[in-house]
Formats: sequence, C-alpha cells, structure tokens
Amino acid sequence: MMKEKRIVEKVKQSKTQPKSNRSIVVLKLVGLLSVFLAIIISGFVIGTDHIEANMSAKNLSPSLMHPFGTDWLGRDMFMRTLKGLNVSFQVGLLAAAASAVIAFLLAVFASLNKWFDHLVTMMIDLFLSVPHLVTLMLISFVLGGGLKGVVIGIALTHWPTLTRVIRAEIMQLKTAEYVHISRKLGKKRSWIVKRHYLPHVLPQLFVGFILLFPHAILHESAITFLGFGLSPEQPAIGIILAESMKYLTAGKWWLAFFPGLSLIFLVALFDAVGNNLRKFFNPN
Amino acid sequence: MQISQLIKTIMLRMIKFFSILIMVIVLSFTLVSFSPVDPIQSYLGAEMMVVSETQKEQIAEYYGLHEPKLKQFFKWFSTFVQGDFGVSLLYRQDVLTVIKERFSPSFWLMSFSWTLSGVVGYVLGAIAGMNEGKMVDRVIKTYSFILASTPAFWIGILFLIIFSVWLGLFPIGLGAPVGMLKADVTWFDRLKHIVLPALTLSVVGGANIILHTRQKMIETLNSEFIRFARAKGEYGFTLFWRHGFRNTLLPAVSVHFATFGELFGGAVLVEQVFSYPGLGQALVQAGLHNDVPLLLGIVVFSTAFVFIGNLMADILYTVIDRRIKPGETV
Repeated sequence: MMKEKRIVEKVKQSKTQPKSNRSIVVLKLVGLLSVFLAIIISGFVIGTDHIEANMSAKNLSPSLMHPFGTDWLGRDMFMRTLKGLNVSFQVGLLAAAASAVIAFLLAVFASLNKWFDHLVTMMIDLFLSVPHLVTLMLISFVLGGGLKGVVIGIALTHWPTLTRVIRAEIMQLKTAEYVHISRKLGKKRSWIVKRHYLPHVLPQLFVGFILLFPHAILHESAITFLGFGLSPEQPAIGIILAESMKYLTAGKWWLAFFPGLSLIFLVALFDAVGNNLRKFFNPN
Repeated sequence: MQISQLIKTIMLRMIKFFSILIMVIVLSFTLVSFSPVDPIQSYLGAEMMVVSETQKEQIAEYYGLHEPKLKQFFKWFSTFVQGDFGVSLLYRQDVLTVIKERFSPSFWLMSFSWTLSGVVGYVLGAIAGMNEGKMVDRVIKTYSFILASTPAFWIGILFLIIFSVWLGLFPIGLGAPVGMLKADVTWFDRLKHIVLPALTLSVVGGANIILHTRQKMIETLNSEFIRFARAKGEYGFTLFWRHGFRNTLLPAVSVHFATFGELFGGAVLVEQVFSYPGLGQALVQAGLHNDVPLLLGIVVFSTAFVFIGNLMADILYTVIDRRIKPGETV
C-alpha cells in the first residue's frame, strides 16, 4: 500500500513539476519580452522632435527630467539612446538572420558532393583566418559604409561557426535511415532538403541566430564607432559613443556611460529571452 | 618521434596557411577593385583641383589603370610576393615600413594585455571551477558573461573617465607625452601611456579564458583520479596544485593562443579610443582615407598574425600534450 502510494505521488510529482517549471519559464519570458518590446517599440514611436536641439538645456547632467542627461546641443540622451538601441536592434536582427540563412544554404550546398564540401570548409577557414573586425572594415570600405555596408559586412563575417555546426548536422542526417528511404523512393533533393533537413536543423539555426545576435550588435557599434558604419546623422550607439569622446575631458561622463550601459542591457536581455525561449521549446 | 611529428604538423599548417593567404590576397584585391573609390583622387588627395585632365590621364597611364583588372592583379601580385607592398598614400612611405613602425607599439600593447588577461583569466577560471556552484563561482561567471556582451571601446572610455579625467593617474591618450622628441621619451613615459589601453584590452579578453578554464576545471574535477585524491584527503590548494593545475593549464594556454583574432580586433578599437599610435589606428586611417595599399598590407599582416596564434594553439594541442595521439582531433 505504502509503496503504491509513493509511486503514485512520484508520478504526480513528475507530472506537475515540469508544468510548474514551464509556467515559470513562460512568466519569465513574458516579463522579459515585454521589457524588450517596450524598448524596441519606443524607438519607433520616438520621432525626430524628441531629439531636437534645445539650446536652453545644454550639457545637463542626469536628472529626473533627463534621466541620461543632455548633450552639447541640448538633445535628450535618453531619447537618443532609445532611438539608437532601436537602430542597433534592427541592424543586429537583419544581419544575424542573414548570417543564419547563409549558414543553412552553404551547409546544404556542402552536402551535395565532396568537392562542394571541400569548398565550403575552405571558405570557413578563409573567413576565420582574418580578424572579424578587419574583414568588416574591408567590406564596409568596399561598399562605401552606411547601413548597407554594415549589414552586409556583418552578415558576411558571422556565418562560419554556425555553418560548421549545421554542416556537421546535415552530414549526420544524410546517413539517417529515413533520408535513405526517401532517396530510394525517388524523392528529389529539394524535397529532402525541405522536408528532412530544414525541419531538423531549424532549432539549431534558431539557437545559432540568437547567439549571433549579440555579436552582430556589438560589431555594429564597434564599426560605427570607428567611423565605417552608419552615418553621423543616425542616432546609433556607436555614433553617440564616438561623439562622447570629444567631451570626456570636459567631464561629461553621462554622454558615454548610459548609452553603453543600455547597449549591454539590451544584449543581456536578448540573451535571457533566447535562453528562456530555448527552455520553452526544448524543456529538457 | 616527437620532433618529426612537430615538424610535420608545422609543415602541413604552413602549406594550408599559404593557400589561405593567397585566397585572402585574391579576395581582398577583388573586393577593393570593386570599391567606388577613384584611385586617382585618393592618390592626389587635395591636389585634385590643381592637376589638369591630361596630367590625370598620364597618371592613369603610368599606373596602368586602363588595363584589364586581371592584368592589373598579376602585376600587383608579382611585386607583392616579392615583398614590395607598394607605397602608402597616407604616410607617403613604404607600406612595409609603416607596418613595421606601427606594429611595435601594438605588439607591446597586445603582449602586455594578452599575458595579463591570460594569468588573471586563468586564476579566476580556476577559482570558479574549484568552487563550482558556490557564491564565488556565480560571481565570476556573471562577471564574465557581462564582459562578453560589453563593447571593448566602452570599457576604454569608462577607464579614461575614471582613471584619467577623475583621478588623473594616467595620461588621456597617445603613446608618448605631447611635444617631446622621440629620443627624449623615457621608458617610464611609454609605460604610463600603455597601462590604460593594455588594461582595457586585457579586461575584454578575459571572459573567454575564464569560462573555458572553469569548464575544463569542472571536467577534470569530475574524473576518477580526483575522487581518489580526495579519498586520500587532498583538498583545496594541494588538490589544485597536484592535479587541477597540470590538467587545465595546457588547454587554457592553447585556447588563449587561438584568440589572436579577437586580440587584434580589440587592439584596433582600444587604440582608437586612446589615440595610441599602433597598427590598428593605421588600419582605421587607411580605411577612412582610401589608402588601399596600406589597407591590403594590414589585412595580409593580420592574417599572418592570426595564423601564428592558431599554429601555437595547434602545436600545444597535438605535439606537446603527449596524451593526444597523432591524427586524433580534439
């Protein structure tokens, strides 16, 4: 009797435990996502009139009115930072997604035959043998800078590691029985790619995309900071930080401190969202 | 046996390196030749308005700008492999001379910070790994996760604000005091100027080595011989010194060598923040002012730099560590 009861309890526990875990994950996810979305949407809502120059409020240190202070033109740094985070987010999203797509396409290409595989491996080695930042500078130099240069540059430099993972995965899949059967049944390659490969590697692509995103954002701000990326009119974090360099010796620490901190916050937030999403889709 | 194995590994790597180097050269030349930059304009600079059309035509003729791209490439490539990288448009000097001159401050900067981040990162990682799950571990782990998502140049700016502007301990930037002859600059001056950039770079580079050492230490501590050592009554520092240290040091050094690419990229950013006159700054200037010969030269140089790091990592992995048999991959 006792034993049975205990087993029943255990079963109950095992049934309820993941559920409660899951609801915690969902709660966390909702909380994180709402903060995240609030930042992103506010970036869209803020118009140019919010970051207009206001000479009567120049160089103010942080206060309740201006939580991040104001700059030498009296622009509110909080609004500029939000706008900048929005730009960073868009660039990061676009570039990381493009990288993931490139990774998938190249991995499929490598699976076609031995020579293509060699070619792709060679390309991975090639792109990993030059420092990321140097390649990025070269590409944005060639494309003449700007938003286009940054996005293409980041997309073209961040695919190698993910391609390696996806390539290994597809190589393993190729030998799977159901893929063999599909091939014997005369299914076309494109069918196998669409029905077998893609669904299988989709979670990995998603995780890879989430891991790439912070890299993309950080590299975007770095390359913009160096002067290769977005143009000075755009309120990107890299631009804000580069401008703040001129006012450091005058003691305007808030110009650099808060925007940088916000960028770290955005990256950390995205990381947390990604981790919880992963837990949500794959509880084990 | 060991030596021949070492030589074989190095030879194979060299062959691979040269093939990749050639590809890097071809690819970057192709990329640059598609850029919208007008070569005559970047050659003349501000003189563009003064020089007449016929003279421009003559310059184009002299440099073979009307020839097909392929012919241009082979012409350039044949001088390039002979060690003539061309003349930098910005510095009006041989590219190789510029690189040599600029690399030496960068070299000191990178070696200081690389060593510092290696030692501090290893120690922190080892402490975290030995105390897995405890408070210390969690603090160190959080620290390195935050570092991993922090832009290098922002840390540089923070250090500038705190140590130079507020505390006045270090100079704001540059590699030597302003208005001093090169011969008069003392070692102490140089040291004072290198501390902040090196510190910034080492803080940024620490995250990777901390997390890796921590992981390796936890793995090591879970093995049989550690359980036996613990059964004998070893704990704490003795346990670390006799077993943990020996098993985690080599992988850590190896991983640290493999981060040369990140190190170079970090140095570019840090040099920009501190106006430190190194190779990274020259690269940024070359890119912003369309100095193609210097840009290509530094791209090739950085490839070689990353290769040396990877080669060291490989040698440490496959040859010095005898437990890894030839042909086995890690």
